[in-house]
Parts: sequence; C-alpha cells; structure tokens
Amino acid sequence: MMPDLGAYAVEVTLAWLGSLALLGGLIAWVWLRGRRVRAELDQIENRSERKRHG
Amino acid sequence: MSNGSLWEYANPVKFMRLSGRVLPWVAGLAAVLVGGGLFWGFFLTPDDFRQGSTVKIIFLHVPAALVAINAWIMMLVASLVWLIRRHHVAALAAKAAAPVGAVMTVIGLFTGAVWGQPMWGTWWAWDPRLTAFLILFLFYLGYIALWSAIEDADTAADLTAVLCLVGTVFAVLSRYAAFFWSQGLHQGASLSLAPGTRMDWAYKAPLYACMAGFTLLFVALLLAGTRTEIRARRYRALMVRERMYA
Repeated sequence: MMPDLGAYAVEVTLAWLGSLALLGGLIAWVWLRGRRVRAELDQIENRSERKRHG
Repeated sequence: MSNGSLWEYANPVKFMRLSGRVLPWVAGLAAVLVGGGLFWGFFLTPDDFRQGSTVKIIFLHVPAALVAINAWIMMLVASLVWLIRRHHVAALAAKAAAPVGAVMTVIGLFTGAVWGQPMWGTWWAWDPRLTAFLILFLFYLGYIALWSAIEDADTAADLTAVLCLVGTVFAVLSRYAAFFWSQGLHQGASLSLAPGTRMDWAYKAPLYACMAGFTLLFVALLLAGTRTEIRARRYRALMVRERMYA
C-alpha cells in the first residue's frame, strides 16, 4: 500500500508528517477553543438567568 | 424579517443561526475533499520523471500557499467592511482568519523548504516570491499579536485593519513576484488557464481536489472561529455587566 518514495523518502515523509501535524494541531486548537468559550458562555448565561429569576 | 441583503448577516444573531446550519456541511465536504485529495495525491500518483517522489509535496504546498494568500485577501475585505461600515462580525471574521492563514503560511514555507533542498540544492533562497511569503508570515504574526495586545476591541479592530491594508502588498507580491521581477528560484504558476498546459492530469486532478478541500477547510475553520469570537465577545460583555452589578 505504501508507495515507494525512492531516494527522497525522508524529504517526502518529513513534509507530509510535518504538514499533517500542523493541520491537525490547527483543527484541534480551533475546536477545543470553541468548546471552552462556549462552556464559559453557557456558565455565565445560566448564572445571569438565575439572578434574574430570583 | 429577511431583506435579502448580504449585510443582514452582519447581525451576530443572524450570522450565528446561518453559520450553525452551514458549518457541518462545509466541514464534512472539506473532510471528504482534503482526505480524498491527499490520499489520491500520496498513494495514487506516479513519480515525476525529474522530481521523483518529491512531486507529492505539491499536494500540500500549493493548496496551503493558495489559502495563505487568499486568507489575507479575505481579511482585507473584512477589514474594509469594518473600517467603512463598522460591522463587528466582519472584524471578528478577520481576527478568526488570521491563525488559519498563519498556519497555512508555515505549511507553505515548510513544504517549500523540504522540497527545495533536494530540487534546488538549498532549503531557502532570498528569492522575491519566497521573501514576500516570509514577510507575509511575519505580518500574520504581527496581526495576531496586535489583536492580543490591545484591550479595547474596537481600537484593536481599527489598528489591525490598517495593518492588514499594509500587509496586502506582501500577499499580492507572494502571488505575483515571479511575474514582476522574472527572476529568482521559484517558478511561475504551476496551474494556468493559458494554453499549453504544464501539468499532467494525473497530478492536476488530485491537486484541484486538495485546493478545493483546503479552501473549504479554511471556510469551515473561519466560520467556527468567528462563532467562537462572537461568543467570546458576549462572554466579556456579560462579565463586565456582572461586575458592575456585583
């Protein structure tokens, strides 16, 4: 399944693994930050809702 | 009630509603195209007669560079919308696009260097296109740092918008430097609409899939990031209100 990368195996593997790691890191950062901010906002909205109703 | 104008999505509530509906589809399509395009490019394309297997780096390098440059152009448009019409969603969209563009610039620089070493015999050259692209990356860093450094959101949006206008010179140079100066190591456009195609369809088809996938990935991350920025701004406003009435 793995293609024969010949004389440039190191360069091609390095470029692909490095780029996929960067892409994965970016996606994870956007997703986790979104989740954290949403949880914080839910918390403060619930708190202000409770205050308003007594 | 909808008036059919694009400007109605400058309303954060409307933007959140629409982006919440669209985001899963864009993200799903991006996953299919990026996954499929990269698989096709890595596993199913032959080696090039001159570049050998390093030709497979193009499936990361070209889409990343495309997004890196166009993300800045999108930030320019959003910044102009902010400066002229004072729509907060536009400023927050520009802010959300910057980290995505910065990472794409790093991927472009990194893959270019790794490809350049065996093909050009050097990791780096002070070639007009490469240098403009490196400066674009520095502008991305400056843009992100400026947003973080200024506490007042509107002032930060104003100053980063001006920085974006200046940095646009390097986004344009990253794309057209090879035409302007006709010198340096970096070749001209790999893909062209002009007759006399330079690339075989065996490479072009997966490359188009990757370019479409990276573009949709950018849109998905932009929508997700802008939604987060809108929520973060609401969170800060509620915090201020809570402190005032404590």
